[in-house]
Amino acid sequence: MNKKSKILNSNALYTFIAIILGFIVGAILLLIIGDDPIVAYSKLFTGVFGKPKFIAYSIVYASPLIFTGLSVAFSFRTGVFNIGAEGQFVVGSIAAVVTGILFDLPAPLHILVCLISAAAAGALWGAVVGLLKVKRGINEVLSYIMFNWIAFYLSNYVVNIAMFGRDSGGEATKDIAESAEIGAPEFLKTLTGCTDINWGILLAIGAAILMWFIMEKTTLGFKLRAVGFSKTSAEYAGISSNKVFMISMSISGILAGLGGAVQVLGMQHRVSQFATQEQYGFQGITVALIGASNPIGCIFAALFYGAMKYGGNKLTMVNVPAEVVNIIMGTIIVFIAVSHVFKRLLNKKTGGEA
Amino acid sequence: MNTIITDLGLIINAMLIATPPLLLAALGSCFSERSGVINIGIEGMMTIGAFTGAVVAYFTGNGWFGFFCGGLAGAAFGVLHAVVCISFNADQTIAGTAINFIGPGLAVFLCKAMFENSSDSPALDTASKLPRMFTGVFKAGSFGYNVIATYPAAYLSFVLVIVIWFIFYKTRFGMHLRAAGEHPEACETLGINVYKVRYICVITSGFLAGLGGAFVTLSTVSQFRPSVIVGQGFIAIAAVIFGKFKPQGALVGCLIFGFCNGIKSILSQSNVVSPNLISMIPYVVTLLALIFFVGSSRVPAANGKPFVRSK
Repeated sequence: MNKKSKILNSNALYTFIAIILGFIVGAILLLIIGDDPIVAYSKLFTGVFGKPKFIAYSIVYASPLIFTGLSVAFSFRTGVFNIGAEGQFVVGSIAAVVTGILFDLPAPLHILVCLISAAAAGALWGAVVGLLKVKRGINEVLSYIMFNWIAFYLSNYVVNIAMFGRDSGGEATKDIAESAEIGAPEFLKTLTGCTDINWGILLAIGAAILMWFIMEKTTLGFKLRAVGFSKTSAEYAGISSNKVFMISMSISGILAGLGGAVQVLGMQHRVSQFATQEQYGFQGITVALIGASNPIGCIFAALFYGAMKYGGNKLTMVNVPAEVVNIIMGTIIVFIAVSHVFKRLLNKKTGGEA
Repeated sequence: MNTIITDLGLIINAMLIATPPLLLAALGSCFSERSGVINIGIEGMMTIGAFTGAVVAYFTGNGWFGFFCGGLAGAAFGVLHAVVCISFNADQTIAGTAINFIGPGLAVFLCKAMFENSSDSPALDTASKLPRMFTGVFKAGSFGYNVIATYPAAYLSFVLVIVIWFIFYKTRFGMHLRAAGEHPEACETLGINVYKVRYICVITSGFLAGLGGAFVTLSTVSQFRPSVIVGQGFIAIAAVIFGKFKPQGALVGCLIFGFCNGIKSILSQSNVVSPNLISMIPYVVTLLALIFFVGSSRVPAANGKPFVRSK
């Protein structure tokens, strides 16, 4: 394979093309409603890269998305569609906030307890769905959707329990103890001007590397991928697909649950009453798709998404609907979904092998 | 005794408002899934239908015309899903996920562009909404009134269950669509055009989901808001899986949700139990029903698998 066809076969190239096309479609829509796409996109760009503070915030926005993206990617690799990352994220954040308020421990230990309980909550939320699938043959997409909503109302229930609710009333829990926070040291906050900068991004990158290692370098990873590739062949080779589903759905839940914990310990320090689903889990699906279910790809995809979310908020300043970001992201996914068609066309033109 | 009857009437009334949008979307989902195309984008199709329905009714003053246009908007997204999934053999789950971003995104985007940066469309007056039927038969507030004085679109959704059941099981096209979802290769050998069947089914699913969305804005909510649909499309998909991909089964699933919603509205008046715990009822009941009564539901064999015609 020569260098040229190597580039033509790389997923990154098609993802890049899809992103460009997504922005073009967004620009066309902006023109249709009479907004200037150049004004909008330059606001988006300066809104993300204009100041160190903005870059820092984009990274803070990306951290939970790396976790939910990894969660969905992990399930994709084993042939499961974790549309339940949303609920697992929510129970993770509840567990983190409850342990963050109730316990009184020294800093590193307290953080560890919060993270472990969030991971356990996420794992439970995923494992129950796995159990229903394995034992009763219940379609996981259905149970995931149910569990998303149960988590949603559970969270609102916890917010309204007197023990956790804010003393001033208000529709949120108390703040977690300072010993449970994972904020970055003061000098980084003053240096960047971003008061929410935290260690979540490092935890997320650590999780991505760990996932890459498990998937690519361990026997467990091999089994997981084997079932994802073909359940029947894997069974034929003596791999119990039921066991693999249970493991992968639990790990997937852990990852999403940790995402919820990072959001609470790092940025929000509390859980607020939901009016609608916060979409971290659903955005994780997009992250996993843009990142081609590759853990390292998910980091970059989440950074991109985080930047789009943060920068998108500022579009209202130039009177452009921030929803154009959702349309761009959706369009990017459409183009990624059909990228194999481009691939074939480009290869035919240059005479490379398909 | 009297309060029990009144309460029952109120439950049924709430059920008749909550069920139709789910049911319309679920029937749409049946079409798509049974023909072999996963449509997780129902949610996005409902949202664009809800927006289009409200806006068209606002400008034309005609609720029924808005309702129909809501369906057309959903169908437009059905076309997108069909092209991407059937002609380009894309991964169907990915395409559906994209629609769930584009549909709601586009709805709010256009809403802000049309109504001075407001994400809510202006409230509809009663004349441009969908009317209620049989309002004069019983005294307002009585049991009979609560049960029968509801939206004709609600009646329509129940009639559609029978019509679609008939199409699925008693017509040639129904046989073709079910076969396309089970064994598309065999269909082609028999001269059935699988692409055409699937195109029709996916576009129909968008149309019905759009109607479901438009029902919400044109009956109960009276305007478009970003939160009008939130989650209902997914519930409709859940109802279809619950009902084993059959229209009559989906009806049962939707009625469970509708009924639990009715109970919810009664219970939340009393304030004894936390409203958040009450809100969990539909989801918990569905899971329990699945575990103890329904069991596994077999997905159509070719569902999710792109069909490529052999040359």
